[in-house]
Amino acid sequence: MSLDKETVARIARLARLKVPEEELAPLAGELSGIFAWIEQLNEVDTNNVEPMSSVSDVTLPMRADKVTDGGIAAKVLANAPDGAVYIDPSDRNAGGFFTVPKVVE
Amino acid sequence: MAALTDLTIAQLSAALAKKEASAVEVADAHLAKLDEHRALNAFITETPDKAREMAKASDARRAKGEAGLLEGVPLAIKDLFCTEGVQTTAASKILEGFVPQYESTVTANLWKSGAVMVGKTNLDEFAMGSSNMTSHFGGVENPWKRKGDNRKLVPGGSSGGSAAAVAAYMVPGSTGTDTGGSIRQPAAFCGIVGLKPTYGRCSRWGVVAFASSLDQPGPFARTVEDTALLLQAMSGHDPKDSTSAPLPVPDFAAAARNPDIRGMKVGIPKEYRVDGTSEEIVALWSKGMEMLKAAGADPVEVSLPHTKYALPAYYIVAPAECSSNLARYDGVRFGLRVPGKDLTELYENTRGAGFGKETRRRILIGTYVLSAGYYDAYYTKAQQIRALIARDFKQAFEKCDVLLTPTAPTAAFAAGEQMDDPVAMYLNDMFTIPASMAGLPGISVPAGLDKDGLPLGLQLIGRSFDEETLLRAAAAMEKAADFSARAAGY
Repeated sequence: MSLDKETVARIARLARLKVPEEELAPLAGELSGIFAWIEQLNEVDTNNVEPMSSVSDVTLPMRADKVTDGGIAAKVLANAPDGAVYIDPSDRNAGGFFTVPKVVE
Repeated sequence: MAALTDLTIAQLSAALAKKEASAVEVADAHLAKLDEHRALNAFITETPDKAREMAKASDARRAKGEAGLLEGVPLAIKDLFCTEGVQTTAASKILEGFVPQYESTVTANLWKSGAVMVGKTNLDEFAMGSSNMTSHFGGVENPWKRKGDNRKLVPGGSSGGSAAAVAAYMVPGSTGTDTGGSIRQPAAFCGIVGLKPTYGRCSRWGVVAFASSLDQPGPFARTVEDTALLLQAMSGHDPKDSTSAPLPVPDFAAAARNPDIRGMKVGIPKEYRVDGTSEEIVALWSKGMEMLKAAGADPVEVSLPHTKYALPAYYIVAPAECSSNLARYDGVRFGLRVPGKDLTELYENTRGAGFGKETRRRILIGTYVLSAGYYDAYYTKAQQIRALIARDFKQAFEKCDVLLTPTAPTAAFAAGEQMDDPVAMYLNDMFTIPASMAGLPGISVPAGLDKDGLPLGLQLIGRSFDEETLLRAAAAMEKAADFSARAAGY
């Protein structure tokens, strides 16, 4: 499997990852090398083999659907990149929000 | 009495119990070592004030007769564990300055047992790497050097800072995480003990996620007994991690104190004899088997036919999970933000600037193998191979109790060697990844030195949730190998 520059650019867009134009060709080379190495998996007959998504034998437990915490808006917003906006600056646990660039015209 | 920093965890606990030293004195002695060896770059964040405060509280608890299992023991924590109020970076620019508002379960368990944090250790970015060279905060230097060669060597990875800190006697123990070998390989490179528990033994809650079906926290120490003590404190069921096993925690330390392996069947998987492994490591592996045999174990040759496919299958599964897990770093709620003209550009700019080269590479691999039209050919196929690998181990464990293999194909290499070709770098984990894919516990024990004077490790792999047998075998190996070498100058 060989990946070209355009494919790398397309995956980068899907991953929301800005890759500078000059890095696309070297990356295509590296990724092609990795996928060429991965190709050896095709030697293995996996017909009728159930895919293994988890190594745990245990059935995932269910829990009661109830609120277990809350009132910690200040903690939730503590690491907001450009600072959070609080509804009531004198009571940060009253709530607030993160800011992002305008998404609607 | 020996210097406090030369003591093992078990010896420190005894000295503290006998009031030969206070927890504050123990913390200060180790903090002085952090100062002395700062050039190794083993730590991203040192927490001396917190350490002294925790040590003081520990002394107070001991005075009241409330000493825990690790009361007053100073530990270093891989900077992948969220620590409340202390910066947690995953060695990534995208998380620089992130201060968690909560404590990971594993570290909370350690503090509950009385341990003292001296700092957060360096690692490969998001635990992706085998050399510690992908850290945004620079590589870590291995305390060990080749005889007559002053070049800096890597400590292995991804838990390189945690391993180097223990090997340099800055701390008697530390935490790591192991996704494909990130505890066992650096333990081997640094001449210490490192244990990856069974998947589900230690809670992943509050540990920055890389590949959720593989990630597992575990301990580093200089002895098998110390490793067992740390594991005992770290383990336990946690309702906040749905994959955490609802099992009681056995007395791991007791298992480690019992190196009686008479009659134990030790499997030697023939597929681990692969080209590219150093001859010295192959010889050490045979010697390791002889040592266990002399201690009363029976060697059994076993076959794990899908061994060679574990590594390429891992490089589908792990990047796929990484690309999903790392989608959360979008510049909106925490971490780095690089502005853009609209929201999509903000995401792209933030992630492009915040992730390093190896992380970007793995996100791209993961996104590709999960993309429409390729999912079955790659991801489903890799999961089917994972099932076959797990089946191989299950069949092997019908004939033996533990497996003995090398930990890594080479000793520690120099920074810059093996860096050009990603596949060559990935091959470092060829002996550790199969057990990771099957979720099995594994431990690396230092077993000898190579001709350059560098430490080499042997790996033991155990049955699921049978760390006790694993620790017994490891203790027997430790006793027979009698590894007492120290890195010169440390």
